[in-house]
Parts: sequence; C-alpha cells; structure tokens
Amino acid sequence: MKRQFPLAIAFICGIGMIIQFFIPHPVSQRTYQEVLQWQIIVGIFMAIIAIRSLFVVHIDKIKRKKEGWGYSFITLFAVLFTAFVGIRIGIGEDSLFNDLYAYIIVPMQSTMFSLLAFYMASAAYRAFKARTAQATLLLVVALIVMFGRVPIGEKVAPWLPAFIEWILMYPNMAAQRGILLGVGLGMIATSLKIILGIERGYLGGG
Amino acid sequence: MSLSPWIWFAALLTLCTFSFLWRDNPFYKFAEHLFVGVSVGYTITILYWNAFLPRVWEPIVINHQFYVLLPTILGILSFAIFFKKISWLIRYPIAFLMGAACGISVPRSFQGYIFRHMQGTITAISPGQSNLLLISNIIMVIGVIATLLYFYFSIEHKGFIGKVANVGIWYIMLAFGAGFGYTVMARVSLLIGRLQFLLHDWLGVID
Repeated sequence: MKRQFPLAIAFICGIGMIIQFFIPHPVSQRTYQEVLQWQIIVGIFMAIIAIRSLFVVHIDKIKRKKEGWGYSFITLFAVLFTAFVGIRIGIGEDSLFNDLYAYIIVPMQSTMFSLLAFYMASAAYRAFKARTAQATLLLVVALIVMFGRVPIGEKVAPWLPAFIEWILMYPNMAAQRGILLGVGLGMIATSLKIILGIERGYLGGG
Repeated sequence: MSLSPWIWFAALLTLCTFSFLWRDNPFYKFAEHLFVGVSVGYTITILYWNAFLPRVWEPIVINHQFYVLLPTILGILSFAIFFKKISWLIRYPIAFLMGAACGISVPRSFQGYIFRHMQGTITAISPGQSNLLLISNIIMVIGVIATLLYFYFSIEHKGFIGKVANVGIWYIMLAFGAGFGYTVMARVSLLIGRLQFLLHDWLGVID
C-alpha cells in the first residue's frame, strides 16, 4: 500500500496516457482532457502546501526574531492583502487587483530582470577571458550578436544583421538541434524510468 | 511629472530595486519582500478564480458532477504530509501527477523534440538549392551530427570520434555565444524599458 500502490498508479496513468496518444477517438481525447483537469485539481492542493510553507517560514522567522524578521510582516501582509483584494473584491480590468499587478508585479519583475544586465556584464568581464580558441569564439559571437542588434551596428556594417541571421539559422541551429535531440531523448528515458518504476526518488523515503 | 499615485509607487519600487546595485539595503529588502508577497497573493487569486472555482467548486456544488470528488480527494490526500502517521498517503497524488505527466510527455517528446528536429535536419539538403543555401545546410547537418556525437558518452572520444566531437564543441560554443548575446540584449532592453518608465511616465522629462 505504501510503495507498490503508488508505483502501480504511476504505471497505469503513464501507460494509459501513452496509449491514449495513438487513439484518435473522441473518448480518448476526452480522457486526455479529463486527465489534464485532474492534474490541475491535484495541483491546487499541492499549491496550498507550498503557500502554507511560505507562511510557516515567515511566521517562524517572526517568532524567533531572526535577522530581518520585520520584513516577513511585509510579505505576509502583502500575500493576505492581495489575496483578499483578488478574491473578495474581484479581478476585473479596472479592479484594485489589476492595479496591484500592473504597478507592483510588472515593474518589479522587469526591474529585477534588468538588474541582471549589470551582473551579467560584470560576470562576463571577469569570466570571459579568451584563453582558448573556443572561448574566443564564444566571446566573438556574443559581441557580434550584441553589436549587430543595435542600430549603430547596422550603420557601421550593413551586412551585420544578415550575418547574425545566418549564424542563428545555421551553425547555432545545428547546436540547438543537437542539444534539443539530447533533451528529448533524456526526457523520454526519464519518463519511461518513472513509469516502469525504475526511478522512484519522487516517492521519498520510508 | 505624473500625478498618479500608482505611477509614483511603481517608480519608487523601481528605484528601491535598483538600489541593490549599490549594495543590499533596507529599501531593496522592502521591495523584495513586497514583491514576493504580492506575487504569492496573485497566484492564490488566480488559482481561486481560474482553477478552484471552475474545476472544483462549480462542478461539485453547482453542477453536481460528483466524479470530480475523485481528483479532489486525491488532491486532499496531499495534506497527509502534515500528519506523520499517514504522511505516506501523499505518494498517491504525486504518483498520479508523475505518471500522467510522464505518459503525456513520452509521445509528445518524440513528436516535438525528436521527429521534428530529425525531419528538419534530414530534409535540409535537397536538390535545387542555391550554392549558399546548400553550403549553409551542409554546415548545419555537420553541426547536428557533431553536437550529438559530443553528447554521446557511450564511446570514448578518441581518434575520428574525438575529432568530430571536438567540432561539436565549436558549434556548442558558438551557440552559447549567440545565446549569451541575446540574453544580454534582452536584459538591456528591459533596462531601457525601466529607464523610459522613470524618465517618461514618472518624471516626464523625455517624450
């Protein structure tokens, strides 16, 4: 019951979904849609566990007065306030919830990512030393792509955008294809290992 | 200068976040914690409106589709993790999620990753192509084979295999360079967007 039954569930669901793919019948399609619905429903409860975990971490931080515990109040208040506004008041286009999204989440998300421009530049300055011919190639291609994607690049060398396009379409595509073929084979192998019960790490110990 | 309190709030949060460039400080910490909180609150709301209500509450309570109780009970089993004696019951919903997801991914990985890329590579070289296109496609096909061989570890990379795998490294480094260049450009474009927001939307000093 503790180990064999979950393994049987994974096997039946996995094999069932593989077989379903090859049956172009409305019943098969409905089964697929239903399984997707079930995954979302189970996912809701998994998300509740994750949200509870956030609360536990921050409440514990406040209780033990750990370093920066005052900020945990901000996080907890923001979670409860946003959820209250979204669930009780609504999520329409002119709602407060929409404003929270447009004026807090969107600007902060793009600012956080834009910060990476500085850190990538600084990391690249320290790490990108043209020690080997291959490292030089990486450096040169990165510079060409960056330079060719700004207006001044095209002004200086009008052929640059077409050359970058060629790099992306052929040699870059070749490596991407090689990597993606490997990723695909890896995904299939791992999935089969889980379905057949060879890989059981997700069940945890005990 | 904007008079909207929301624009002011967004601008101050942007400045608080940028202050991290100086060093970790209370302004950044405030913005960071606020961002995490609002994001989680947003996720809760979206889960409630787009997942819980239409997929659990309405089918069971309003439409009396009681078979929906099955996945609901399966989901509730995940709360068993909070009770030591029955914590193993969480394996049931996890096994369902893993099994179904893996089953769905196997044929779709074949279709999306394997067949499509194989087809694109095999059919790249065809008669009637211009010389430039033909050479480009030959370069591409050689690259795919070399990259694949580089990732094939079941045989030692020695002799001819080693040479081809080495060619694969050149292709991979080129792709990483292009990827890095593109990522930097994407981040810089986001940075320009934020500066535009500060200087145009907030302060109104540029058109």
